[in-house]
Amino acid sequence: MAADNAIKNHAAERRMFLLRTAVAGAGIAVLVGVLLFRVSYLQVLRHGYYETRSQDNRMRVQVMPPVRGLIYDRNGVILADNLPAYRLEIVPEQVDDLDATLDRLAKLIEIRKADRDRFRERVAKTPRFRGVPIRLNLSQREVARFEVNRGDFAGVEIRAGLTRHYPLGRVAAHLVGYVGGITVQDLGRVDEKRYRGSNHIGKSGVEYSYESRLHGDPGSRVVETNASGRALRELEMNRPTAGESLYLTIDARLQKAAFDALGDQDGAVVAIDPNTGGLLALVSKPSYDPDLFVDGISHVNYKQLITDPHKPLFNRALQGQYPPGSTVKPVMALAGLETDQIEAEKQVWCPGFITLPGSNHRYRDWKRSGHGWVDMLEAIFRSSDVYFYKLGLKLGIDNIHRYGELFGLGARTGVDLPRENSGIMPSRAWKNGTRNQPWYPGETLNTIIGQGFMTTTPLQLAQMTSLIAQRGAGYKPHVLRAWKNPVNGGVSQTEPTALRPIALNDPQHWDVVIKGMEEVIGNPRGTAYHYVGQNLDYTIAGKSGSAQVTKLAQNQAAPDIEDVEHQFRDHALFIAFAPIENPEIAVAVLVEHGGGGSSVAGPVARKVIDAFRSQPPVLQASTGSGR
Amino acid sequence: MSTNATNAPSTLSEWLVYWRIDLQLLVALACCAALGLFVLYSASGQSSTVVINQSIRLGIGLLGMLLVAQIPPEWFRVAAPWVFGFGVFLLVLVVVLGDTAMGARRWLDLGVVRFQPSELMKLAAPLAVAAYFRDRSLPPNLRDIGVGALLIAVPVLLVADQPDLGTALLIAAAGSFALYFAGLRWRIILLLIIAAAAAAPALWFNMHEYQQERVLTFLNPARDPTGAGYHISQSKIAIGSGGLFGKGWLNGSQAHLNFLPESDTDFVFAVFAEETGLFGVMALLGLYCFIVGRGLYIAMKSQDTFQRLTAGSLSLTFFIYVFVNIGMVAGLLPVVGVPLPLISYGGTSMVILLISFGILMSIHTHRKLLAT
Repeated sequence: MAADNAIKNHAAERRMFLLRTAVAGAGIAVLVGVLLFRVSYLQVLRHGYYETRSQDNRMRVQVMPPVRGLIYDRNGVILADNLPAYRLEIVPEQVDDLDATLDRLAKLIEIRKADRDRFRERVAKTPRFRGVPIRLNLSQREVARFEVNRGDFAGVEIRAGLTRHYPLGRVAAHLVGYVGGITVQDLGRVDEKRYRGSNHIGKSGVEYSYESRLHGDPGSRVVETNASGRALRELEMNRPTAGESLYLTIDARLQKAAFDALGDQDGAVVAIDPNTGGLLALVSKPSYDPDLFVDGISHVNYKQLITDPHKPLFNRALQGQYPPGSTVKPVMALAGLETDQIEAEKQVWCPGFITLPGSNHRYRDWKRSGHGWVDMLEAIFRSSDVYFYKLGLKLGIDNIHRYGELFGLGARTGVDLPRENSGIMPSRAWKNGTRNQPWYPGETLNTIIGQGFMTTTPLQLAQMTSLIAQRGAGYKPHVLRAWKNPVNGGVSQTEPTALRPIALNDPQHWDVVIKGMEEVIGNPRGTAYHYVGQNLDYTIAGKSGSAQVTKLAQNQAAPDIEDVEHQFRDHALFIAFAPIENPEIAVAVLVEHGGGGSSVAGPVARKVIDAFRSQPPVLQASTGSGR
Repeated sequence: MSTNATNAPSTLSEWLVYWRIDLQLLVALACCAALGLFVLYSASGQSSTVVINQSIRLGIGLLGMLLVAQIPPEWFRVAAPWVFGFGVFLLVLVVVLGDTAMGARRWLDLGVVRFQPSELMKLAAPLAVAAYFRDRSLPPNLRDIGVGALLIAVPVLLVADQPDLGTALLIAAAGSFALYFAGLRWRIILLLIIAAAAAAPALWFNMHEYQQERVLTFLNPARDPTGAGYHISQSKIAIGSGGLFGKGWLNGSQAHLNFLPESDTDFVFAVFAEETGLFGVMALLGLYCFIVGRGLYIAMKSQDTFQRLTAGSLSLTFFIYVFVNIGMVAGLLPVVGVPLPLISYGGTSMVILLISFGILMSIHTHRKLLAT
């Protein structure tokens, strides 16, 4: 049949095939032998072992959730703690009539309808031999009452566990964040396997951003249980690995001082260590009680939080975007000097307003009568708007944008906290992109005094201040200082990430700007002299800012603060650092609708720096390695 | 269709020859399938729906087998390259517009039925290799080996990409067996085994995460005691607790208390072993060995290279099913989705399996006619 193929040798081929078949047969015999050997091993040699596993005793795998790592401040003060808690669990398989059991339980222990509904949902999704919690955080009384009657409740058990507690409460809520129940969305961003048996996951703040470190790895326990579900003995045990404990750069005392300094006002305080970029305090007000979230916040409480017009859940320090007002003037002065548009000594006439050619719109100074002849120093410490308007016309928006960007404005700082906003450092491209409009010269004037389109977060202002304090050298803002390995107890330090240094053509320009900021507080004619500059025993430089919330009419002067309804008042801002020679702290303060920057935000900044100076950190910043 | 159509069958053996039935194979397969129905009834928690569904599929499969047996083997050889080409086309189609189910693209939605082209390849690949070598001088030279390897590699890579590692490995095995029977030299086989061992790390890094998971879990079941490792531990308990004689039909507590997952599909062997014990396992393995042996016997008796390679590789592939499934359930091999032939609950793969036995029957029953 294949006669055309002369070299085909059918007989040889057939012999070869028979040999191959024989070899295959031998292979099959070996493999069948392997299977039989294996099955015999299981069914004969190990039969006794497996029979006990399978008969009236039931082997059960229990996941042992890891202990969540703690969070400390830089001095070892606990910011997030684990407290023992008792929960009531039911193993559905071992209960004949769930409803009746729940009804009987409800007579001993408070079980709300919400508890029941949640329980029903989880029972439907869980294997019937696994325990499902019906109540969390039992009181000692409830535990005692149940233990007395436990004989009546087969398949119901009290389990001890840990729950999260935040000793600082609302003082550090926006910084530390909180944990809460695990949702489907949460599982999407983590390895689900690590969360079997876990009840909590980080939802915001440090708890969120360092979730994978804090959580740890679960262990498992194989136990033998009798028919009523009681564990008889442990067969196998893999211990869980606790999460890493974190040490923050935050100083709890300073955090508290900053929180108190803001008083009842809405706003934010960010304090940063210019030598490392480590945040010393981060406060947003109003705040909320993070403990409320841990075991599921009640509907009433949650509704209250989200409908509150003061938005307590909103983290103003990272997410709030406010016009920086005059706090950006030092940076703009620096831009003028560096681009040779102006000399520090040059006197500029400030009549209280300027107009642009071809328009009669008056760009007003905050001081209606003007400041007269001012040089750069005076323009900074008296906060002349007209001086900067004129400088702005020379600089142009491109230079303004460039220097703003150099100081980190308009970009996220990359701090290790979630949901940071970027603010806006406007430019031609930005305006073209977002509004499809060209840049108008009047907008340059608004921008150079930190108004108009420009917005910044308090964190960005703190970073900018820190950069000025260190004369262009700086580190990325962060809150994690060190972490402890749960297995060997070793502590590792984080290395601060250096920012790209701002190199000036003439480094002496720093002196001009910093001198101007020093005079803001130290010069009797400086805007903050009366509010910040009294009884100082250290050197300090700062700058005030007021961010307009509403536009003033054409010829209207700024009205008296007491006459303005609260929500139309300007935001008050103040930035400061101290001491000037060897900066240890840089602060940005924002008071929403506070009015004057120097009078309202200034004293807050002073209190924070005073608190810092009176209680130097136990662990100095310099204990961190490698800097 | 056949040359002896004029001779009306009078005795049973004539009737069997007339209908192209190999009685020994048919009886063995039927025994196995009937046993499977009993096991399924127990494994599914005494669900008659499962048994009825499985019976319907078995009926379709057996009918398909008998229909295929009527076709002269020469036709398979002629059709093999076309079916193969069509199968590759479908696999490419799956890559382009296949339905995604459980994160893997395997299905082709034909409007009426959803169809897994990779199943077709389990048949088409060895047939294509066999058809190619029919007219070549054997043992094959390097060029022919290259062509054969290509015929195997194309569908295997396409299926592995879906990703369906289990099926890809079975296709690779089926094609390789054809190559083996074609007389691939021993040293080349040895070389390939060494190369495969060397390529294992590369394969590892190209695996999907869930596939890596399975291998890791296989190597250390304690690693994931609540997930895949749980399957293995529970199925070992089921098998081990069966002992020599088993707990008796419908008495296997592991499956019935829901400790054993997938007890009626991939892990059905554990239920069988638990209820019938070591003796039941030996009987089942004996039955499987008989089927494989009969297949190899058919291969030896056939005279055409194509038929020989086809029959040989299909028989060995059937054994690989058995070995991989039992090895996996008994904790010898990683968990890959390979069913226990003729017993696991499931459709497409069983129908394809029975059709392959139809081809064996065709080869065997037409042989005598060709020989005369």
